[in-house]
Amino acid sequence: MDPEPFEVGHAVREAINILSSSRNGVQISEVLGTIKCYLGGTENQAPLKEREEFTRVHFSAFLRGLVSNLSPDWIELLTSDQQKELWDSFFLEGPADQVFLVLLDSIISTGPSFRLVKVISILEQFLQTGGMSALMWEVCHQQAQAGLPMFQETLLNKVVCLPDHLCNKLQGNNLPIFFPQNYFPLLATEIIQVLQRISDSLRGGLDCSISFVSQVLGKVCVHGRREEILNVLVPRLMDLTKVDCIWQRMCWRLVECVPDRWIEAVVCGFIQKAPGADVLSRLLGNLVVKNKKAQFVVTQKLLLLQYSYVTAVLQNLLGYLALDSLRRSLLIKVLKELLETWGSSSAVKHSPVEQQLYVSKAILICLSHLKEPEIESNGQELLTSMMGGMKCHLDSNLPRVRRLGMIVAESISSRITTDGPCLKFQYEDDDETRELKSLQQTARLQLPVTDLPNAGNDSPSATPKAVSKRSGNPHPAASAVPEEESDLELDSDDDLIPYDMSEDKELKKMKAPVYIRDCIEVLTGSEDMDKWEATMKVLESLIRRNSATTREVSMELAKVLLHLEEKTYIEGFMELRKRALVAVTITDPVPVVQYLTSQFYSLNYSLCQRMDILDVLALAAQELSQPQASGKNKPRSTQSPCTLTVPCSDSSQNWRRIVDERIKSKTRRLAKSPSLVEPACGPNKFSSLAGHFFFPLIQNFDRPLVTFDLLGDDHLVLGRLAHTLAILMYFAIHTVAAAAMGKSLLEFVWALRFHTDSYVRQGLLSAVSSILLSIPSERLLEDMTDEFLETQSWLADVAEKDPDGDCRRLAWQNLLLMENLLKKLRSVPS
Amino acid sequence: MHFVLLPLPCREGMPLSPPAGSLVRSLHSVSAISGLGERLGSRIIAGMALPPPDPQFVLRGTSAEVHTLHFYCGDQEPDYPILFSGSSNGLIHVWNLKTRRVDTILDGHGGKSVYWLEAIYGRDRLLSQGRNQQICLWDLAEGRNTVTDSVFTENVGFCKSSLLKVAQGHWLMAMPGKDLDEVQVLELPSKTSVCTLKPEADAKPGMPMCLKLWQPDFGSCPFLLAGYEDGSVILWNLSGGKILSRLACHQEPVMSLDFDSEKTKGVSGSSEEVLTVWSLDEQQNLKVQKTHKLVNAGIADVAIRQDKKILATAGWDHRIRIFGWKKLKPLAILDYHTATVHCVSFSDHSRPSERLLAAGSKDHRISIWSIYNQTSGALHCPLETRKPD
Repeated sequence: MDPEPFEVGHAVREAINILSSSRNGVQISEVLGTIKCYLGGTENQAPLKEREEFTRVHFSAFLRGLVSNLSPDWIELLTSDQQKELWDSFFLEGPADQVFLVLLDSIISTGPSFRLVKVISILEQFLQTGGMSALMWEVCHQQAQAGLPMFQETLLNKVVCLPDHLCNKLQGNNLPIFFPQNYFPLLATEIIQVLQRISDSLRGGLDCSISFVSQVLGKVCVHGRREEILNVLVPRLMDLTKVDCIWQRMCWRLVECVPDRWIEAVVCGFIQKAPGADVLSRLLGNLVVKNKKAQFVVTQKLLLLQYSYVTAVLQNLLGYLALDSLRRSLLIKVLKELLETWGSSSAVKHSPVEQQLYVSKAILICLSHLKEPEIESNGQELLTSMMGGMKCHLDSNLPRVRRLGMIVAESISSRITTDGPCLKFQYEDDDETRELKSLQQTARLQLPVTDLPNAGNDSPSATPKAVSKRSGNPHPAASAVPEEESDLELDSDDDLIPYDMSEDKELKKMKAPVYIRDCIEVLTGSEDMDKWEATMKVLESLIRRNSATTREVSMELAKVLLHLEEKTYIEGFMELRKRALVAVTITDPVPVVQYLTSQFYSLNYSLCQRMDILDVLALAAQELSQPQASGKNKPRSTQSPCTLTVPCSDSSQNWRRIVDERIKSKTRRLAKSPSLVEPACGPNKFSSLAGHFFFPLIQNFDRPLVTFDLLGDDHLVLGRLAHTLAILMYFAIHTVAAAAMGKSLLEFVWALRFHTDSYVRQGLLSAVSSILLSIPSERLLEDMTDEFLETQSWLADVAEKDPDGDCRRLAWQNLLLMENLLKKLRSVPS
Repeated sequence: MHFVLLPLPCREGMPLSPPAGSLVRSLHSVSAISGLGERLGSRIIAGMALPPPDPQFVLRGTSAEVHTLHFYCGDQEPDYPILFSGSSNGLIHVWNLKTRRVDTILDGHGGKSVYWLEAIYGRDRLLSQGRNQQICLWDLAEGRNTVTDSVFTENVGFCKSSLLKVAQGHWLMAMPGKDLDEVQVLELPSKTSVCTLKPEADAKPGMPMCLKLWQPDFGSCPFLLAGYEDGSVILWNLSGGKILSRLACHQEPVMSLDFDSEKTKGVSGSSEEVLTVWSLDEQQNLKVQKTHKLVNAGIADVAIRQDKKILATAGWDHRIRIFGWKKLKPLAILDYHTATVHCVSFSDHSRPSERLLAAGSKDHRISIWSIYNQTSGALHCPLETRKPD
């Protein structure tokens, strides 16, 4: 054994002894000077071997000794220059990994004291002077010669958790540099520094391991600091990899070396932060092909299991898959899996609409990336899954789901049939459909752009604009002069601005019938379409004006109207028919309602007719229950058209309004404004009729007919039935029958509570709301306690677990109502 | 967004104003059955077009259908613009457009409807054509209202005559002649026949329905454009009494035509739903330039404004339509009348901003409109400077 190692060890021990016992400034600085020789970098340095020995074995111990001696009077023995020169330099110039560990250890183990302040300020300086990059460089360097795994693990933990440690220690007195929002960006720049050094050393032919940096990155990401670190890292890497292939390889390596347990966080972060698919492809390389975990994350988890990402992320991800021939096979595989999900009826039924939207978007983007030969070779498969998926989407009761199905099916069919007709559905365009349609074009627009400085971010928002141009309808009258645009007349009519000409419609000459009996005749027999149309238009007002005559023929009229078919196109025919039926129902309620409810459960009606019956009953109930100024019963025709066109999806607005209304109803205004119109009052005509409306409808729902099976395929009608019953229940407030109605409605709800269709469940939940609102709370809690409690637990379950957002909201709403009822009841006796 | 159900605010004792809307809304949201049934709702009204204007004012009191209108706007300042109207009860009303009242009522057609009026010699003389087969010359000077002269037309049709000033104190008047397909041209005031225009026997255009005398420039040889029962428009040369060109531009009788002698193009309307613009080329050939399909059939009258900017049509569908004359761009639909509009007429007021459009209808009313009479960009900037008079 060499004597020298012993010498170094001896010197260090001696130095530590002197430092801890001596109170002589000169002696201390001398000792420090001697030890400093082992660090090197000064003019009179110790031999190389001794220096290595010192840094490898004794440095940490020495540093600990230095720290443990730290106290105000001890440090004052040195002048401030000496402090900087001798004391600080050990920390700032020594091997960074050991310094860092010693510093953090002492911070963790020291209580608030002078020593702590000093150590923290040293740590701050350490960070500011690029200590982290030195640290990582050192580890990378060592790794090339097989470092110590335990040591590295500890170091990694400390590096990543530094903000946590310091925050715990310093609480309110923490320094800004240790805040996560500052520390991690700093760490990111340090990582770039290290990578820079590694790239230099690679260029110099030296081998270097990058895996510690990858570990740091992975661990930071998995600790939830993805945003902070990647916000700095990704743009830098993007710039650096643009031209330099060594950097590109390093970047790939950097991601590849992230341990499997952290790779998900890193890959997700990159996909989210990359401004475009080509950048992503540059940064990740063929990671998905090499790494199974990454492949799972990219092709399964991000697409099929999660759905919270914005469209740009999807575009990045799928664009990345499309950019390389190795990855394209994955793209096709992904598309098939997406289509499988899209086409699975259970997914359509049970997954939230938002997820279905997400999957649809992914499919559309995939399609836009596929090339003709790829589509041709998979055409048959695409067709099969399109047909299946389309069927189960169109089966859905939610308009939004149906529309999603239509759009996706349209775009698949337009891709697989290059010539000849492709599918075309009719639906109303809104922002969502326009966005979806724009996705089909985006890929083709994006791909040729190879060098996007920051175009990636705004391209998804820019494309819908271009698409939405088409949706504007040309003015009907303006079509008269298209070919004239080429006319080279210099002066034109352009300075004359046309007025609105939308009112220019065909003039109807046909005299409408004046008697109701004539109307029936026209509707049953006439072949004269003009007359027929004119009759439809006046029928409602005729019925309302001549209630006595109507009563004589009410049954006949109801029968005719219910079976009426649209012989020729009339604008708003369904609405006209419905309003006429409502008018008949109101004029002569008992027989007509009996007829309608009996027809609802009889053979040979179309679903549409059955749903019309429900609509008519609901509207009639509404009108009957509304107080009218005596004698005058104004038709509420102006409002009813809206009932048809209200889409389901805007329920958020709906709720806003309900909440507003509720607030209004709960706000007691002490001074009412005098301008308030005196509300009309009158007896509630519905109260005596509620039973006629309600009970025949609820009776037979579980008896399937040959053509009509409410509990089977016809769940759309069942949903409507539930909603209608809810409405009837709601209008039956303050009526005698309300309690009985509520009881049977609760039973109805109970029987169907696990229905698979969310629209039906929504109806049931609405029914529960109606029950809670309409039945006096004493009755509800005394006569129906069991049902009440059972319903409550069911509601809690729905509010927690239902896949449909609207259902959950309705359930919460109901729970709230119940809570209020109970509260009120409790407050009454006291 | 309207709510269908109002939450019964009047009832006392109701604990909560319930979420009625939610129930009914979710119910009705499916009324549109499936997406297959959703119609493409295209209720987007183009741009931000203004609603068409209302009439400036309406003249009532003819108590009969108004068949013809004629403006006379004096040149001198103390003169106020007047409007002559002829109605189906044989009366001619002279309306003072300043007071908007009737000044005088002339009765000279024996209760038979008056269907053509034209001022001659300034405002003091008026020609009126009635169904009693008389064309009367009225003297209106100094408060008189007597028929000083008259021409017996021998024709029982509805064809309006046409007047053209050929020299100071000399006019040509084209009127339907004795034979059904004949047009006679007289020289006024002498009432001598200049020529009789009769198509050849095999042409068979039917009765003349409307006439328009014009000359390319003052002093040159006048021409006559006549619309016939078979839907054709014929250009006659008065000097030779020959047909220069014949254009079959309608399937149905030509009800009315007007001609722009500057651009040598004219417009004709018939009882079908087409408005036709035709032009006259150097070889004196008429050819169709453009057609415009209307929503409803039947045009009773067409008139081009004197400044050749716009064109008005009187529709059987109760509507007045305004088109840009240069490209036949539809500009406005004026919907006021409740019955067929029989006639439209533009005033030739010296100030463009006061040029009015009058329309007479079967509903006994005369509507007066002020439209597109700012010199430019009228709709945008009412403060736009007017053309100096």
